[in-house]
Amino acid sequence: MSWLIKTLTSTLGRKLIMSLTGLFLIIFLLVHLAGNLQLLKDDGGMAFNIYAKFMTSNPLIKTTSYILYATFIIHILLSALLTINNLRARGAGYKVNRLSEGVTWSSKNMGILGTIIFIFLVAHLKHFWYEMHWGGIPMVTYEDVTVKDLYLVVATAYGELWYVLFYVVGMIALGFHLYHGFQSAFQTLGLNHLKYTPAIKVVGIGFSLIVPALYALIPLLMYLS
Amino acid sequence: MKLTLKIWRQKSAGTQGKFIKYEIDNISEDTSFLEMLDQLNVELEEKGEEPVHFDHDCREGICGTCSLYINGHPHGPHQTTTCQLHMRSFKDGDTITIEPWRAKAFPIIKDLVVDRSAFDRIIQSGGYISVNTGGTPDANEIPIPKDVASEAMDAASCIGCGACVAACKNASAMLFVSAKVAHLGKLPQGEVERHARVQRMVAQMDEEGFGACTNTGACAAECPKEISLTNIALMNRHYFNASFSH
Repeated sequence: MSWLIKTLTSTLGRKLIMSLTGLFLIIFLLVHLAGNLQLLKDDGGMAFNIYAKFMTSNPLIKTTSYILYATFIIHILLSALLTINNLRARGAGYKVNRLSEGVTWSSKNMGILGTIIFIFLVAHLKHFWYEMHWGGIPMVTYEDVTVKDLYLVVATAYGELWYVLFYVVGMIALGFHLYHGFQSAFQTLGLNHLKYTPAIKVVGIGFSLIVPALYALIPLLMYLS
Repeated sequence: MKLTLKIWRQKSAGTQGKFIKYEIDNISEDTSFLEMLDQLNVELEEKGEEPVHFDHDCREGICGTCSLYINGHPHGPHQTTTCQLHMRSFKDGDTITIEPWRAKAFPIIKDLVVDRSAFDRIIQSGGYISVNTGGTPDANEIPIPKDVASEAMDAASCIGCGACVAACKNASAMLFVSAKVAHLGKLPQGEVERHARVQRMVAQMDEEGFGACTNTGACAAECPKEISLTNIALMNRHYFNASFSH
């Protein structure tokens, strides 16, 4: 086992973990978005509520969700550790420091962007995830099933302008984070080649624009309607 | 040309340093940056002041000895070594800030001179090929495809100046280490040792206190020898391959 610990605690190993957890979280973003889009369905929240019930009761989904919690925690804690080590490696900084050609602003500010996303995540979990699991949510009955009316909680939150703005800011930070993170994850895995790297970059940029925009669109549309 | 220079002056490793302002006149735009500093030092010596210490050797862009963080870029505004930088890249009346490389693994010795022996220790840990010496082998004994030879040569053009470490916001040495790993690992003579080599060199790199790579690409953008980021991807592949399957 010592070889494994040695590998994963090296700078390269830590980056490997950041890359793999990041890619897993990217997949999660797609799944979560597919669920969220049901909020826009004009059925008073029935599809969304039944989906929410399924996501919190299906054994396979529940198991995956524990892996997801672990992934979030590892990605966040390891990034904090790496950031501290990286700052230490620089030591005293430069008086004059300019951005090198071709270096994106996102890539130099992943820690700040990640921190904004983390704040968003904590508030988001408190408002919806905690409420769904342990909060006193009113029940709603559709034909033969009775489920928690999470749609009502979401619709109430998205009726508040400050919350919608908070959500949009969170998604902008997520977009910039993904703009660098998506392609960076592949580079860390050692996947960099003239043949497919341009494609990874294009897909990454598309993902970082479209996915956060769709997320942000939901509260915006619900607020306006 | 008339210039204002803000130069980092530090007496020794353990002492506090600070920026000192110098005014310099009569600089020809054909002067190289290091010759401009020579001119300043002559003036300082004439006044009985201590000259500014900076690293330099070949002055033709091949040894990697010159350093200097000039106006926010390693080796100044162009992708060259400092010795190949000329004063025509600046305007009359400019203020130029000159700083040493900043990295915990590159401690300052004096003024603008830093100790880059961490790179030497990384090379000693694995940047070589273990073959017994003997008679000169025939040039065509080991056939090497042209594209492989070219890629190895591109990686081998790294001069170990440390601009990658200086430019990286994490003071990471991965571009340097990966250039050595790629240069030796791509050729058949070095390929046989590639697993042990990459593990030893990465371990030494971490031991020296360099940061981790966050793939900003600043290193490759500032490298005077245009070493590519694909080398870092290759090093990662070799390292994970070596760790998990050898």
